[in-house]
Amino acid sequence: MTLALVLIPAAAALACFVIRYDALRRALLVATALAHLAMTAASWMKRPVPALGGWLAVDAGGLVFLSITSVLFLASALYALGYLKREPHGERKDFEEGVLFTNAPEAVFTGCLLFFLATMTLVTISQHFGLLWVAVEATTLASAPLIYFHRHDRSLEATWKYLLLCSVGIALALLGNFFLTVAASAPGGGSIPLVVADLMAQAGKLNVPWLKAAFVLLLIGYGTKMGLAPMHTWLPDAHSESPSLVSALLSGALLNCAFLGILRIQQVCSAAGIEAFGREAFIAFGLVSMAVAAVFIIAQTDFKRMLAYSSVEHMGILSLGVGLGGDGIFGAVFHAVNHSLTKGMLFLVAGNLLTVYATKSTARVRGILQLVPASGVLWVAGFLSITGAPPFGTFVSEFIILKAAFDKGYTVVAVTYLLLLSTIFAGMAAIVIRMAQGKAPEDQGPSRAEPLLALVPAAALGAFVLMLGLYLPPFLGRTLHEAAIMLGGS
Amino acid sequence: MNTWFDTITLLLILSNLALLGSSQLGFCIRVVAVQGIALGLLPILFGSAEWSVHAIVLAASALVLKGVVFPWLLFKALRAADVRRETEPFVGYVLSLIFGVVALAVVLCMRSRLALPVSADLRLMVAIAFFTILVGFFLIVTRKKALTQVLGYLVLENGIYAFGTTISSEQPWLVEMGVLLDVFVAVFIMGIMIFHISREFDHIDTHRLARLSDWNQGETEESNP
Repeated sequence: MTLALVLIPAAAALACFVIRYDALRRALLVATALAHLAMTAASWMKRPVPALGGWLAVDAGGLVFLSITSVLFLASALYALGYLKREPHGERKDFEEGVLFTNAPEAVFTGCLLFFLATMTLVTISQHFGLLWVAVEATTLASAPLIYFHRHDRSLEATWKYLLLCSVGIALALLGNFFLTVAASAPGGGSIPLVVADLMAQAGKLNVPWLKAAFVLLLIGYGTKMGLAPMHTWLPDAHSESPSLVSALLSGALLNCAFLGILRIQQVCSAAGIEAFGREAFIAFGLVSMAVAAVFIIAQTDFKRMLAYSSVEHMGILSLGVGLGGDGIFGAVFHAVNHSLTKGMLFLVAGNLLTVYATKSTARVRGILQLVPASGVLWVAGFLSITGAPPFGTFVSEFIILKAAFDKGYTVVAVTYLLLLSTIFAGMAAIVIRMAQGKAPEDQGPSRAEPLLALVPAAALGAFVLMLGLYLPPFLGRTLHEAAIMLGGS
Repeated sequence: MNTWFDTITLLLILSNLALLGSSQLGFCIRVVAVQGIALGLLPILFGSAEWSVHAIVLAASALVLKGVVFPWLLFKALRAADVRRETEPFVGYVLSLIFGVVALAVVLCMRSRLALPVSADLRLMVAIAFFTILVGFFLIVTRKKALTQVLGYLVLENGIYAFGTTISSEQPWLVEMGVLLDVFVAVFIMGIMIFHISREFDHIDTHRLARLSDWNQGETEESNP
C-alpha cells in the first residue's frame, strides 16, 4: 500500500506517454487522482505498513502533507479537464506581447502532472534522507516541463530560472546530506543509517558541529525550493508563467514538500538537543520572507505574481511558527493545510479570470463581480481567507502562531509579524477590491457563462478552509497534534 | 596510490584556475571534461583494497557521463547557439583568478580545523573539494552565458562528488546520488533548455533573460501601453 501510493501515479504517468487519445488520458488523470485520494483516506483509517525496510513509511507529519497534496491534486485534475478542453491546438497569439507560440503536447503535460504527483508523494513518505533528496530532485524534474507548457519566451525564462536556482539549492542539500553522513559516522567506525527514526533513536551519538553544518545546508537547499526569501526569486516567475492549475500545485503542494524536508532535519536536531540552534534562523527567514512579500505585494501590477508573493509570505509564516516552537509548531502545520487549500482555490480562480479577461494586469481587470459573479465571489472569499480574516482556518492558525510568539516572550517578533500581516492585508485589499468591483470593460458584455468544472474545484477547496475555521474535526486535530509533537512541539 | 591522489588533487586545482581565467567556451568545456574524468577515477582508487564491482560500475558511469556525454551535449549546444566565447563577465578574468587564489588559501588554512572521520592524507582532498565548490558558485554568479553557468554548476557538482567520494566508505549510496544528480543535469538543464533558449532568443545570454522582474515594470508598462 505504501509503495502503491507512489507506483500507481508513476505507472499512470508512463501510460500517458503511450496513450494516443486525449479523452482517455484525461480520464486516466482524474481516475488516478481519485485512486490516490482513496488510498490517502485509507491511510487515515489505518496507517499502512512501512515498505522497503522502513525507508518508506506514513507518519503523522507525512500524512498531513500527503493529504494536502492528494486533495489539491484532485481539485487540479478536475480543473484540468475544463482547462485542456479550452486550450486551443496549434499556433496562437500571446495576449501580452503578441508573439506566436504553441503548447507542449498534451500527453507530455498530463504525463508530467501524474509524475509530479508520484514524486511529491514520495517526498511525503520518505523516511530516509537520501531518498527524500532524490524525491525532491525528481519533483523539480517533473514540474519544469509543466511550467514550460506554453512555449513562449517568458515561460522559458521562468523555467530556466527555476531549474538553475533549484538545482543549486538541491546541490547544496546533497552536500548537507554528506555532512549528515559525517555527523552520523562514529569515529571508531560504524555508522547510523540515515533513516529518521534511527537517527532520532541514536541522536546522542551524532557529531554536533557536523549536524549543525548539515542543518544549515539543508535549510538553505530545501529553503530555496520552499521559496523562503532571499532564495525565493524563481518563485514569482514560475508561478506567474505556468498554467494556473500548475501554479496551484506548485504553491499548495510542492512548497510544502520542501518544507517537510526541512522539518525532518529539524526533527533530528531536536532529538540531538540542539533545536535552539535552528530557531533563530527559522524566525529570521520567516520575518524576512514576510517583509519581502509585503514590499512586492503593494502596488503589484500582475495578479498571479501577487499570489506568488503571497506564497512567499505564507512560507515565511510557516518558518516563523516552527522557529517559535511549542504551540507555534502546531500552528505552522495547521497553517500549511489552510494555506494550501486557500492558495489552490485562488490560483484556480485566477485561471478563470485569465480566460475571461485575457490579461494578468491588475489595472485592466475590472468588475469581476458583475461579469463573472461566481468567480468574483470566490476571488473575494479567497482574498479574505489568504489574508487571515475570520472565520477562515487561516485566521485560526495565524492567531495560534501569534499567541505562541507572545507566550514565548518574543514580543518584538510578534509585533513585527502583526505589522507585516496588516500591511499585506491592506496591499492586497487595494488590488483585489478594485478588481472585483467597478465596471467591466464594455466589449465583454453584461455577464459570461461560467463552466462548472472551473468553479466546483475552487469552491470545494474554499468550503473546506471555511469549515476548518469553524470546526476542526477531532481526527484531524489529533493527527495535527501528533505531527506537531513529532516535530518537537506541543 | 598516493601519487595518484596527488595528481588528481593538482589537476583539480589547475583546472579550477583555468576555468576562472579563460573566456573560450570550447576550452572551458574540455577542462570540465578532464576534471570529470579525473573525478570518475576516484572511486576505483579508493576501492583498491577490494576491487568491487560496485566501485567499477560507479567509476564507469561517472566517466561516461562526465567525460563523454556532457562534453558532447555542451559542444552541440555551443554549435547550435553559435557562440565562441564569454564576453564581458560581471567580474573580470584577473579578478576571478585573484578570487581563486584567495579561496584556495582559505580552504587550505581551514583544512586542519575540520574534524573529519578520514585519514590525514584525505584532508587535502576534502579541502580541494570545497575549493571546487566555491569556484563553481563563483562561475554561476559571475558569468552571463547560460552555457558557462551550466559549466559552473557542473564544477560545483564535481566538488560535491569529490567530497562525497572521500567519505563514501561510510555510506556508498551517497556517491550514486551524486551520479543521479549528473543524469538530471545532463537530461534537463543542458540538453533541452539551451536549445530552446538559443532558438527563442538567438543568444544564450542569461542577463537578457530579464523580462520577468518586479524592478523594471515601469519601463515595460511604458514600452507597450
